[in-house]
Amino acid sequence: MADLVQHPDEVRVISQRFGKGAAGIETYLALGGYQSLRKALGMKPDEIINEVKTSALRGRGGAGFPTGMKWSFVPKESAKPKYILVNGDESEPGTCKDRLILEHDPHAVIEGVLIAGLAVGARQGFIYVRGEYRYLVDILRKALDEARAKGFVGKKICGSDVDFEVYWHTGAGAYEVGEESALMESLEGKRGIPRIRPPFPAVVGLWGGPTVINNVETIAAIPHIIEMGGAKYASYGPPKNGGTRLFCLSGHVNKPGVYELPLGYPMKKLIYEVGGGIPGGKKLKAVVPGGSSTFLLTPDEADGINCDFDSFSARGEFLGSGGVVVLDEDTCMVNFALRIMKFYQHESCGWCIPCREGTDWLKKTLTRFHAGGGVDKDIDNILYLSQNMLGRTFCPLGDAAAIPTMSIVKKWRNEFEDHLHGKPCPYESRVWPEPALA
Amino acid sequence: MVISEKLDRFFTEKMPEYPTKRSFLVPMLLYTQDELGCLTDEAIAYLAKKTELTELEVRNVISYYSMLRTKPMGKFHVQVCTNISCQLRGGDEIYEHCKHKLGIGHKQTTADGVFSLEEVECIGACSWAPAVQVNYDFHENLTPGKMDKVLEDYRNRK
Repeated sequence: MADLVQHPDEVRVISQRFGKGAAGIETYLALGGYQSLRKALGMKPDEIINEVKTSALRGRGGAGFPTGMKWSFVPKESAKPKYILVNGDESEPGTCKDRLILEHDPHAVIEGVLIAGLAVGARQGFIYVRGEYRYLVDILRKALDEARAKGFVGKKICGSDVDFEVYWHTGAGAYEVGEESALMESLEGKRGIPRIRPPFPAVVGLWGGPTVINNVETIAAIPHIIEMGGAKYASYGPPKNGGTRLFCLSGHVNKPGVYELPLGYPMKKLIYEVGGGIPGGKKLKAVVPGGSSTFLLTPDEADGINCDFDSFSARGEFLGSGGVVVLDEDTCMVNFALRIMKFYQHESCGWCIPCREGTDWLKKTLTRFHAGGGVDKDIDNILYLSQNMLGRTFCPLGDAAAIPTMSIVKKWRNEFEDHLHGKPCPYESRVWPEPALA
Repeated sequence: MVISEKLDRFFTEKMPEYPTKRSFLVPMLLYTQDELGCLTDEAIAYLAKKTELTELEVRNVISYYSMLRTKPMGKFHVQVCTNISCQLRGGDEIYEHCKHKLGIGHKQTTADGVFSLEEVECIGACSWAPAVQVNYDFHENLTPGKMDKVLEDYRNRK
């Protein structure tokens, strides 16, 4: 479906089977598939966890939590069944990588679930795919049937004494379900309302059982880590930021696409070399580094930063989901902030008051402001409202709405001030009417 | 039977994979909607019985998920993404073009019932923006001209 791209700087680990027909099990096996599962069956659970810890793999959904550590939180003994839950509810604006993994290499996800289960003592896994990705659900269902027919899933996998079931599941349209506790609620057949933590899912998760929740890309990296060894995988990236990740380049770049690059790859090279620069030779105005819920970067900041988790956290910011969105000099930052807020207002479930009221108020303020009805005190009020959502909600949706908004107001305050004078929007020749969102 | 026997059998076989009866509810709602066009009162009653929930509980779940609906849409539901990556590459223009071309607005259906239109949030096609989903099919790297061709192809398929 979606076009594949290439660049010489790419290090193809997760994407090594893309475009090779590996969604079919025969090709997957011919390309070394399910060998890591056989290897893992001969390892002790702690050995698998230690290998993943050594790999310095961190959650690719965006939070960047060390995967091996997450797995080690699962209690060894549990009265209730343990589960592996794969988060394929990819819906962070700017992010389109899990789609490619599920389309081109679904068996890697299945194999990753099996290995994760062996590591933490789970014998059931669920792969949750967002409702819009129906063609991927169909691909995954076929892959699961094939894996079952070949004895990799089901009773006595690979001739061992391990019984392991892996199931597919699908959502029906909800950004918030990408948050891990809402994801579990949705899988249990409920509204995707977040749960309060603690207890964390590793202790009390799906149907009360200990649950490991990993992003599609994270789990797809597992078979490669077991195959090449954690140390080799870690060596692709800087310390504590192991391996490669899929960067989804979009927006104002000449060569948008999903590229697999080592963590720590310079943002400047990502935009100008991998992405081929900005169309029309225009100047850069801003970069969304990892999905719409991250702090935006100014051109100066983007020039000097490397794309790994720690380089961003050292600034108090986030690398995020890998969705890199590039904005050229003609983009109106007020309109951009408004579009982001419309999204979060639409997706807020209304469970927590600061998020429900904050996103709605901010959307209204930004709509009026962009249309030319802004007053001076609105600018600080936007910051104040955002600040009051931050850290005051059950799930991070409130934070996700506040963070880009605050960064846009702080870093491009001049554009807000420019909107106070004269015509409605001084940056865009045409102002689109307010789109009607449900 | 409110839904086809084949679909009912599919649900009956899949439900025991979960420890609770309601767990498969969200996919069941979506697959039922795919078959019927929307979630009718009869469908809600059927799923409530199947999952041993009240109809109100089922309706509560429906109202949370943006893809689920209780009123029918067109045979071809045109979903235009205008979120950030699409916005930067002309998603708003595609949406305006569809509105003009089809003569309908957000969540409206053409008089002949062939097309309906919806402005949607990110559909995961950011690197191939601007993008549209018609029912479940992706159409990417669009221009107004390409969008005309997409609509024309669907019109000919009706």
